[in-house]
Amino acid sequence: MLTLLFDGVAYGMLLFVLAVGLSITLGLMNFINLAHGSFAMVGGYAMVMLSKQLQIPFLICLPIVFVVVALLGALLESTLYRRMYNKPHLDQVLFSIGLTFMAVAGVDYFVGSTQQLVQLPEFLKGRTELWDGALGMGHYRLAIIAVCAALTVVLQQLLVRTRFGAQLRAAVDNQRVAAGLGIDVNRVFLITFAVGSGLAGLGGAMGAEVLGLDPVFPLKFMIYFLIVVAVGGTSGLTGPLLAALLLGIADVAGKYYIPKLGAFIVYSLMIVILMWRPQGLFSRGSK
Amino acid sequence: MSSVAKSLAALAKPRWWEFAVWAMLLCLPFWMPSHALLISEITIIALFAMSLDLILGYSGIVSLGHAAFFGMGAYSSALFAKHINPDPLLGLVVAGAVTAVLGAVCSLSVLRGSDLTRLMVTLGVALLLQELANKLDFITGGADGLQGVVMGPVLGRFEFDLFGQTAAWYALGVTLLVFLLLRQVVQSPFGFSLKTIRDNPLRAQAIGISVHARLIAVYTLAAALAGLAGGLQAQTTGFASLDVFGFDRSADVLLMLVIGGTGWLWGGIIGAVVFKTLHSLISAWTPQYWTFWLGLFLVLLMLLGRERLLRPWTWGRRA
Repeated sequence: MLTLLFDGVAYGMLLFVLAVGLSITLGLMNFINLAHGSFAMVGGYAMVMLSKQLQIPFLICLPIVFVVVALLGALLESTLYRRMYNKPHLDQVLFSIGLTFMAVAGVDYFVGSTQQLVQLPEFLKGRTELWDGALGMGHYRLAIIAVCAALTVVLQQLLVRTRFGAQLRAAVDNQRVAAGLGIDVNRVFLITFAVGSGLAGLGGAMGAEVLGLDPVFPLKFMIYFLIVVAVGGTSGLTGPLLAALLLGIADVAGKYYIPKLGAFIVYSLMIVILMWRPQGLFSRGSK
Repeated sequence: MSSVAKSLAALAKPRWWEFAVWAMLLCLPFWMPSHALLISEITIIALFAMSLDLILGYSGIVSLGHAAFFGMGAYSSALFAKHINPDPLLGLVVAGAVTAVLGAVCSLSVLRGSDLTRLMVTLGVALLLQELANKLDFITGGADGLQGVVMGPVLGRFEFDLFGQTAAWYALGVTLLVFLLLRQVVQSPFGFSLKTIRDNPLRAQAIGISVHARLIAVYTLAAALAGLAGGLQAQTTGFASLDVFGFDRSADVLLMLVIGGTGWLWGGIIGAVVFKTLHSLISAWTPQYWTFWLGLFLVLLMLLGRERLLRPWTWGRRA
């Protein structure tokens, strides 16, 4: 029981890191980016390459992956995404589906369609049992929770305490007024998009072990990221965090107790929540 | 006849080339008997695209899960043929009725919320049904698909043949009927009120259009038509598998519609023909990675602006 809860929390934290970038870019630019999972996939594959072929230790890989994917995100934002902001949602959806298709086929071409495995370092492989096995914690999942929690705190501090965070929040609330106050909104967009993609990459790298990694990753988990964003709302970090935890726990528990219905529960829960509160569970009223 | 009714009737009048194109389409199975299977396949997805156009192009609902209704139609007609009655037309009616009910229920979920919420809910419904079809394997055959569907002859006379000629005519006939029906629908006052809702739901409400009732009606109709397309597919192939609910199918049909142009009835037909032709050309050249080129095409199309695809004379200008 507690073990399930623990696994659910780990899964949820991972989903949060994967989806938080999507939530911010959606709130900021009102851009529906279905290709977000592709960044996570790129992160996962970068991890595999770095740790397997270049033999770089696991912990050093993580920041490298973050930087690589963030740079990729920045590049794509400034060349492609920026032109799509003012287009209708249908165009944005098709555009990002197109990018996803390209990413899926591209990875398939270069790496192959087999499932990739990440080598974990020895110290993360064990498992600790507490209270006569009532709570079993895999060390790797423990590490995931620790890293993700740390990231969450850092992000929250960045958003609340720094000057950039204030600019970002201003731009989310009202882009035109923010621009009128002399905030370089384009630059804010670029940095936010890059960091969001980098986080997705990091999530993909850490999650490769838990979620599995193959070329259809972006399509398989697209719905999960979207659930986090749609249920959590796009204002602030608390909403997506709670939504991700809820989703993680519901998914793990659902698959354990009623394996026959598995994903069924998550989807129906999402539909019910969205019909009940179309703006998301934790949003600040309608915008 | 009032002047409004007269001007609507004038708009609804078919152009001469539409007769010509339909006559040509109906002759296709004669001309190219060896391609009859492909013809019926294209016809079916054209019908599917037309049903999506009704909600996307005319009513402005972005849906990523239209395959839910296609799949529901496919499974219900296949199951009906297998267990109750092998008559194709009866099966089609059943498929349409079942998906209409499903559409009416689902329509409640797209009334509120932003584009994102609608995307999620429609996608969620399709995934839900796919999961359901996967898990209820004692009815649907699960991941192996529903096999052993034997259809009776169409109208009690025309047996389905191996080369698919009957199937092609059957599909073409149903699609033509739906096309004629949709002409009437979109040129009626009802159709115009849909466009009003698409352009501005708030104002539509203000001038006394009951937005919710119209959206429910059109969503139900579109679902039923998608169900017909799914039913046709299951009947002509004698098979229904999980991929009828797939995300790819919903995305592909969106793309077709965008290629052919949204908001006019020929859009779905043109899009389906172009898409399938592209598909077979590219996958003949690189079978495994054709989605890459499809993706590239989508990205470029969206960057350049999809409304310009059908207007080649604007290609030289800057957006």
